[in-house]
Amino acid sequence: MPTLTLLHDGRVDEIAVADLARPTISPEQVESLLGWELKPEGLCQGYMCIPVDQDDLVREDGLDLRVLADALQRPLVTEEKHAVASLGASHHDRAEALDSLDAPDFTLPDLAGNLHSLSDERGKKVLLVAYASW
Amino acid sequence: MYEELADEGFTVITVGIERSPEDARPWIEKARPQHPSLIDIEHLVPDLYGMINVPTVVWIDEEGRIARPNDASFASNRFKLLTGLDSKRHLRRLRAWVRGDAPALTPSEVRKHQDLPTAVEQEARAEFTLAWWLSREGHDDDAERHYERAGELAPHDITIRRGSMRTRGLNPMGFAFLKIAIKSALTRTPLYRRIEDSPA
Repeated sequence: MPTLTLLHDGRVDEIAVADLARPTISPEQVESLLGWELKPEGLCQGYMCIPVDQDDLVREDGLDLRVLADALQRPLVTEEKHAVASLGASHHDRAEALDSLDAPDFTLPDLAGNLHSLSDERGKKVLLVAYASW
Repeated sequence: MYEELADEGFTVITVGIERSPEDARPWIEKARPQHPSLIDIEHLVPDLYGMINVPTVVWIDEEGRIARPNDASFASNRFKLLTGLDSKRHLRRLRAWVRGDAPALTPSEVRKHQDLPTAVEQEARAEFTLAWWLSREGHDDDAERHYERAGELAPHDITIRRGSMRTRGLNPMGFAFLKIAIKSALTRTPLYRRIEDSPA
């Protein structure tokens, strides 16, 4: 079976797919990679469920990745020639996080490769400066 | 700035939105900062905060809450002539907030000044991530289509359009950027989004 490289949440994972033109993903990988569990009531995270038309979503070789992305309101763009797909973040999730006014946490390296998180600075006022050389 | 206020429970975190850490190295080594000076090759921070250009600054309080959202400002006036951004007023406000002399913004003011990400902006970011992966795998021609698509979806997102130029063999200080700047002036779409410019 061919594999599809799935770029998502800053990660790169490989998933086995029967048909690159219409990729599917196993329910186990939806849970382990994306954090959603398929239940009779829909796609669930804990007690929160998104209703979804399971006739569209569930195919014999797995869950239809496009239908899944739509249900999660996440953009999915693909380059079939190189068997790669990019599953972006939901604008709904991003907007909700910003609207809560909790500054989104992140962990990034410095030039020496040491990791730092925004949350390490809790208790201080922080000026976050995004800049670039371009 | 950092040295002046570091004793007042304040820090700076700089994040270089760079495709290669080497692009940021001369800047960081010259400034020799005492505060965290990070590199974001995947453009994670622009995605999380909905940033569409640099420089962008955000004020975050002691509890990790956004006290002042995305605002275009430099730490100095080095680029004032090129960008029209005057850092003085921002630094004055920042100092007053850090010292507790003046509040930042109220939560409702913060929300009013936030540009929340849209579906099409997130699709542009997904295209950009795909293009970047293709570039790194050496598939430049196929990457180019996805860079183009990302730019069409979010023409106002300069982190995507200008931030991809070096990878694509374009000069971010040259004609490719000049075209974006001219188009932005003609369509009155500001390249830099300043809180001061938004309607009160």
